[in-house]
Amino acid sequence: MSALIQADAVSKRFAASGFTGEGTLALDTITLAIDPARPSITAVVGESGSGKTTLARILLGLIAPTSGKVLYQGEDLQTLPSARRQQFRRDVQAVFQDPYEVYNPFYRVDHVLTTPVRNFKLAASKAEGRHLIEESLRAVGLRPEEILGRYPHQLSGGQRQRIMVARALLMRPKLIVADEPVSMVDASLRATILGSLRKLNEEMGISIIYITHDLATAYQVSDSILVMYRAAVVEAGDVERVVRHPQHPYTQKLIASIPQVDTERGWLGGGEESGLGVNVGGCRFAPRCPFAEAACARAVPPLLRTETARAVACIRHAGPPLEDLAGVLAPAAMA
Amino acid sequence: MRPVLRVEGLSVAFDHPLGLVRAVDDVSFALRPRERFGLAGESGSGKSTMALSILRMIKPPGRIDGGKVWLEDTQLSELSIEAMRQLRLQGLAMVPQGAMNSLNPVLRIGDQINDAFVDHGVALSKDAARARIDELLRTVGLKPEVARLYPHELSGGMKQRACIAIAICLNPKVIIADEPTSALDVVVQLQVMQTLARVQESLGAAIILVGHDMGLMAQFVDRLGVMYAGRLVEVAPIADIITRPRHPYTKALISSLPSLEKKAPMTGIPGLAPLLRDLPPGCAFHPRCTAAVARCRAEKPLVRAMGEDTTVACHLVDDPA
Repeated sequence: MSALIQADAVSKRFAASGFTGEGTLALDTITLAIDPARPSITAVVGESGSGKTTLARILLGLIAPTSGKVLYQGEDLQTLPSARRQQFRRDVQAVFQDPYEVYNPFYRVDHVLTTPVRNFKLAASKAEGRHLIEESLRAVGLRPEEILGRYPHQLSGGQRQRIMVARALLMRPKLIVADEPVSMVDASLRATILGSLRKLNEEMGISIIYITHDLATAYQVSDSILVMYRAAVVEAGDVERVVRHPQHPYTQKLIASIPQVDTERGWLGGGEESGLGVNVGGCRFAPRCPFAEAACARAVPPLLRTETARAVACIRHAGPPLEDLAGVLAPAAMA
Repeated sequence: MRPVLRVEGLSVAFDHPLGLVRAVDDVSFALRPRERFGLAGESGSGKSTMALSILRMIKPPGRIDGGKVWLEDTQLSELSIEAMRQLRLQGLAMVPQGAMNSLNPVLRIGDQINDAFVDHGVALSKDAARARIDELLRTVGLKPEVARLYPHELSGGMKQRACIAIAICLNPKVIIADEPTSALDVVVQLQVMQTLARVQESLGAAIILVGHDMGLMAQFVDRLGVMYAGRLVEVAPIADIITRPRHPYTKALISSLPSLEKKAPMTGIPGLAPLLRDLPPGCAFHPRCTAAVARCRAEKPLVRAMGEDTTVACHLVDDPA
């Protein structure tokens, strides 16, 4: 059986302004698959500009890859017939970063919930539609009577974001791509929203791709993780292995940069930049890498499978080359 | 030691059609020279309003309707508008929230720093001003060439450093940094906070860090104040507050932070922050507090001293023996 979504050597280059220049490589040859039979939460972590949002948008079919293909149940997403496309739009749902921007302030919040019910004919009657909406809201921990009939400005950012998760849920999707769903809500509410994503995964078998710059929440909710740096995956695998024992120097740096609630205060003293300094070709992290050596400049290091459930793109580690990231992503790799 | 900044009973109110909104409610604390003091809380807890009110920068419909602020021997509310304006940057400086958007997009960075000199009547020759700007940029880890660049030519971290350079250009005694790194990546956040720590030490200034990231607070500040619904509900030295938080809200705030050490079920703080214009009776936190008793619903807890450097406003905390 073919995967729900399969990204096959996908790259994306954004054109430069004007007529000169090569443009910006936002995503460099990424291959991965989402298997609906083994629903999991995969976090995609990286700094601004690392390509994580580009990856999300490509998987959602919102932008076309420059090279490579995205397959939906074996068919190319770009040439999908409209009936199949409609099905894809149900199976794969998005939750975006900004819980303020996605609402039309002139409509009651009901609008974002009734529209998909109508457009996708999810319910035979109005009462059934209402029931469906209430059920979805409850599934994300909201009380329908406190939500329905309100305008966006009457609700908190956390409530609005959970309504977006409820909206995604209405479609009974197989995959939710959540792009920074909690970066604009308060720390105390993050846990609640991520908790509802976790619940959807466990209770309804929905796979989730969680795009974030926050490694700590990624660690808490996900089964596996992809760490991206400048358009490429530098480390991937079981989240426990990657976060507890990071192998790539960038992942190590990322983890050391997170301020922890701890009485040991080493944070401010850490993280000096060192490395080759200038961009020398080869490994993209070499200019900032404390372990960089001349060999790093020779070629872009390929992803190597260093453990059953982990791959790293760094010449300091050895293993057989890995092309399809699905090979190290849980739970397939852990099974 | 004599405090560099003293806040006593500061209150800020906003006039709202549906009633008075008390954004800052009778807040008192004192800042020692060179101290790093944190103000933490959720959105809407009043921490940014608190920071602005120290600088007397509350705009209508908001107003400071009680309390006093001293910067060393100067009582700020007694200053004229012009004298207060001169005191900003020289005595008290602010690194604003979203500093990336607070730079003037059509002025070069160097000119924006120079504006501060001109406005505060610092007479510098062209060369001397340029040399001083170079020095400031170097202090915050930027190259002198940055002076000739426009904000859009800088990355987020560089813009934030430029804002720090402006904040320190007249050697303030207190720097108020309002979520200075909330829009930055963790790696850049660390670099910016290192810069801030370094310039603070070299100036000998005290710093108030406003934010909601308890991890950042734990790593950066010496003492932490936790705000809830406009009140300072707990103040304690940082090591103390993270190992033995006294107020249930502080406990919840700390435990809602995702850890990298161990996976635990994600627990948020149940419920929502209360509406400031419609606060619950008694302790404002009681509807969300898992330990609340009858007294919490009826009686507003007073701020009590729990020994040196520590205050708490909670009925459930016993007086020190």
